[in-house]
Parts: sequence; C-alpha cells; structure tokens
Amino acid sequence: MGIFDVFKKKNSGDIAKDRLKLLLVSDRANCSPEIMEMIKNDIIQVIKKYMEVDTEGLDIQITQTPAEDGHGSVPALFANIPIKDFKHENIKK
Amino acid sequence: MSEVLVVTSGKGGVGKTTTTANVGTGLAKLNKKVVLIDTDIGLRNLDVVMGLENRIVYNLVDVVEGNCRMKQALIKDKRYPNLFLLPSAQTRDKSAVTPEQMKKLTEDLTDDFDYIILDSPAGIEQGFKNAISGADRAIVVTTPEVSAIRDADRIIGLLEASEINNINLVINRLRMDMIKRGDMMSIDDVIDILAVDLIGAVPDDENIVISTNQGEPLVGTDSLAGQAYLNICRRIMGEEIPLMDFDKNKGFFSKLTGLFKKI
Repeated sequence: MGIFDVFKKKNSGDIAKDRLKLLLVSDRANCSPEIMEMIKNDIIQVIKKYMEVDTEGLDIQITQTPAEDGHGSVPALFANIPIKDFKHENIKK
Repeated sequence: MSEVLVVTSGKGGVGKTTTTANVGTGLAKLNKKVVLIDTDIGLRNLDVVMGLENRIVYNLVDVVEGNCRMKQALIKDKRYPNLFLLPSAQTRDKSAVTPEQMKKLTEDLTDDFDYIILDSPAGIEQGFKNAISGADRAIVVTTPEVSAIRDADRIIGLLEASEINNINLVINRLRMDMIKRGDMMSIDDVIDILAVDLIGAVPDDENIVISTNQGEPLVGTDSLAGQAYLNICRRIMGEEIPLMDFDKNKGFFSKLTGLFKKI
C-alpha cells in the first residue's frame, strides 16, 4: 500500500459489493451435490473419448485455491483422474 | 386466470410481511380479487400488520385438517371488499402442513381469486417449502445489506431448483442519503449481484412503522413507501412504471443547507 492508495480509498458500499461477489461465487459453488454428479459424469464422458480412466478412483470436487492477487482464496474445480490407458485410434490423427 | 405469488427472502426482517400486506391491499385497491395467506405457522404476523388480528376464528391449519371450510377461515377485509386473509396458526409449528397440502389449498382458491399471495416465513426449511409449493412466481425481498443479499441469492437458487423461474426482486429499506455517500449499495449494485429482474424499490420510511402500529397498510397513500408499493402493484399487473425519484420529497430546509455547503 503506497501513498496513492489514500486516493483510491474505497467507501464501504463498494467494499460490501466486492465482498459479496466473492462470497456468492463460493456459496453457489458449494450448493449442489447433484450438479457435481452431473459435472463428474460429463467430464468422464469427454475423457473417455481419448483415454481409458479409472472411474472408481476418480476425484472431482470444488476446493479453495489462493487468489491471483494474493488476497484470500477462490473456489476451483479440482479433478484427479487416474489414467489406465490411452486409446490408440485417437492418436493416429 | 389466477396468479399464485410467493413473497420470500431467506433473511428475516427484510419486509416480506409488510410487502405482502401492501401489495395485496394495493391490488385490491386496483379492483383485483386478492387472498393473502400467512404461511408462517407458529409466528404469524400478517394478521397483525393487516389490522385483522381480532377477526380470526379459523386458520390455515384448520382448513388443511378439515376442521372447517375455507369460507369459514377466510377473513374479509371490511375496508376492501375484494381482499381476504387466510391467517396462520399461532399454536402449531411448521410441520403441521405439508407442501402437497399447500399445493392443493392454493389450487382450490384459483377459481375465486385473481391473485393468491403467500407470505413465506424466513429460512429455507419446511415453512419455506410449504410456501413455495403452489406458487407460479416469486417475489424475493431483500435490503441492500450483505447478509440479506447473500440469503436472497440462496433463496433464488432454491426457487429455480423448484422450477419457479418467474422471479422478481423488491429492494426494501433503501436510504438515498447513504447511497449517495457510498455507504449503502445502490439499486444497480444489488441487481448486478443477484442478476434477477427488479419489480420495485421501496425507501426506508417511518410511515411503515406507523402503519403497522395502526394496522393500516399504507400502499397508495402520499408517503414514499406508499407510492413505491402502489407502483409495484401496477408492475405486477403488467404496467411499465419507471422507478421513483426518491429525492422528490426533499424539504426546503435541506435544500437550503445544501446551498450553504457549496459556499
């Protein structure tokens, strides 16, 4: 924070708005287990086109990751997908 | 031809009951046949805000349990011939009715009324689920504060998940002086965050307290809130009304002191 930040001091209304925007991304992401199931199944369908994966050992979830500006954290979709084999037909192209 | 509206918010104390009372009364003033249903079982308040607390004989739970006919429970407002109230029960709790029973109850009313307005309790549990089960559309009430907006967002998500997609927002208790100073989020800020169509904005108005004290909803009267609520009624009926300029009633003295500040 340098001297120029004095001029950029935010009023509380703007602070509230910024906080809410971050907060709602987090709230909305955590909301629905059904949506997570759907995302998981869609990802499996796409990946299956290119490689064979271990669907039992698959881990897809929303986690918190540090924000780019260094302040706090933002939600991120984390996917750990063990690969069993690549499908040769697709590599030919 | 009947519309079933639920007035909900998530957060308590933001103005659901006040909005239900004023919108219902306003629509009745505009000659529509309106029934208001208080679904807050155990903590009823719509009767008191409407000034009808001394006229309760039967209530919502009595109707659902078959202890009386609907006509016996409905209270006709003597001030407006088209306005009726179905009060809630004070001595039961929200497990006394199920969403299915509420759906049937609202369906049974659609032949007789133009607007059926359900006042939802705060929260997201059984009371809320009961209130929304028969509804075609929702009015979400919020204030321009962090907790209210956060809860409103969750409520909007739950409404959409229940396939109620006609959702409109009422922003209540706006203070233009604070908004101008940057100490309160503006109407545009709130709409930007919640991304739902606005159906009205009501300023913070002392007259609301007075009207509740007296049990006389102030919609249509000369106050700012009264005008705002009437505009909301008109918009519900499909008219396009621009948002009020809340500074309209600025008194002479505040204009004078404003002049001195500039010197």
